[in-house]
Amino acid sequence: MSDHMQLYEVFIRSRRGLDHKHVGSLHADDPEQALEYARDVYTRRSEGVSIWVVASKDITASQESDCESFYDPLDDKPYRHASMYEMPEGVDSL
Amino acid sequence: MTERADISRYAVRLGDDALILGHRVSEWTSRAPFLEEDLAMTNVALDYVGRARMFYQYAAELEGGDTTEDTFAYTRDARAFTNLLLCELPRGDFAHSVVRQFFYDAYALPMLQALKGSYDDRLAAIAAKAEKESTYHLRRGREWMLRLGDGTEESHARMQAAVDELWGYTHELFEVDELEERLIDSGIAADPRLFQHNWHDNVARVLTEATLSLPEADWSIRGGRTGHHTEHLGYLLAELQFMQRAYPGLKW
Repeated sequence: MSDHMQLYEVFIRSRRGLDHKHVGSLHADDPEQALEYARDVYTRRSEGVSIWVVASKDITASQESDCESFYDPLDDKPYRHASMYEMPEGVDSL
Repeated sequence: MTERADISRYAVRLGDDALILGHRVSEWTSRAPFLEEDLAMTNVALDYVGRARMFYQYAAELEGGDTTEDTFAYTRDARAFTNLLLCELPRGDFAHSVVRQFFYDAYALPMLQALKGSYDDRLAAIAAKAEKESTYHLRRGREWMLRLGDGTEESHARMQAAVDELWGYTHELFEVDELEERLIDSGIAADPRLFQHNWHDNVARVLTEATLSLPEADWSIRGGRTGHHTEHLGYLLAELQFMQRAYPGLKW
């Protein structure tokens, strides 16, 4: 593998109407090649109808150390949760 | 000779090209430069072997009797194979395989597009399926040509060496014998002469963009369609056919 290869994250939408889901990562020289490799590596069994690739270095990710300040303050605000909401008939997911 | 027999022989040719090239590409499986390319090349190999099966299955139906797709793949000796010489050459280094694949795919795509319009429905249907695969193969191939041709000093030198070595094998792609002449006349076979100039222009454009030079066309070699092969095909078949030769009729 050459030195200038970059890591890319791969997102695949399995059907029309659904969201792209993260499926894994791969190495490639440029975004175009990453897209083709994503096709060859992650859609061999008809997994998708659309692919996104994003250079991993372009993703800003939260850290383990952020957890306390990010999520703990939400624990005592149950009124924000939808857990009490009754699902309308015929709706499977919201 | 009946037209049915002609079509069968023609389908076997196209099947032979696909099987032999597919086998060569499959030799990269587990040996490609890195994991992603390994899977990509294996996909290409599978596309080609699948294409060979479709052509052989059709030929077997036309032949009738006990003939099956396996009869063509496993029980014929080198002299009976009618693939283009370009397809059987050893895989060489990665540059060599990239250039061979690019030369062949740049030919396969217009060939399949023409064959899609064949009066023979079955050949037309196989061509329509294979065309989509070849469109992708060619896209991949073109990018590798540019990446390696216009890459490092070493990759450029290897690519140019491969281009020079393979060039003389490309003339055979556009030669038509009596069998194909008959089938072209009856609207069944694709006529490669019609897109020879296009092929040349497209290849020349990519070579130029990849900073590679077009070789002087001072030699050419042919013989695959008449069963006159390079010494490499026998070794390929020895490996490909070993199980069926050692255990005739073996199934799993």
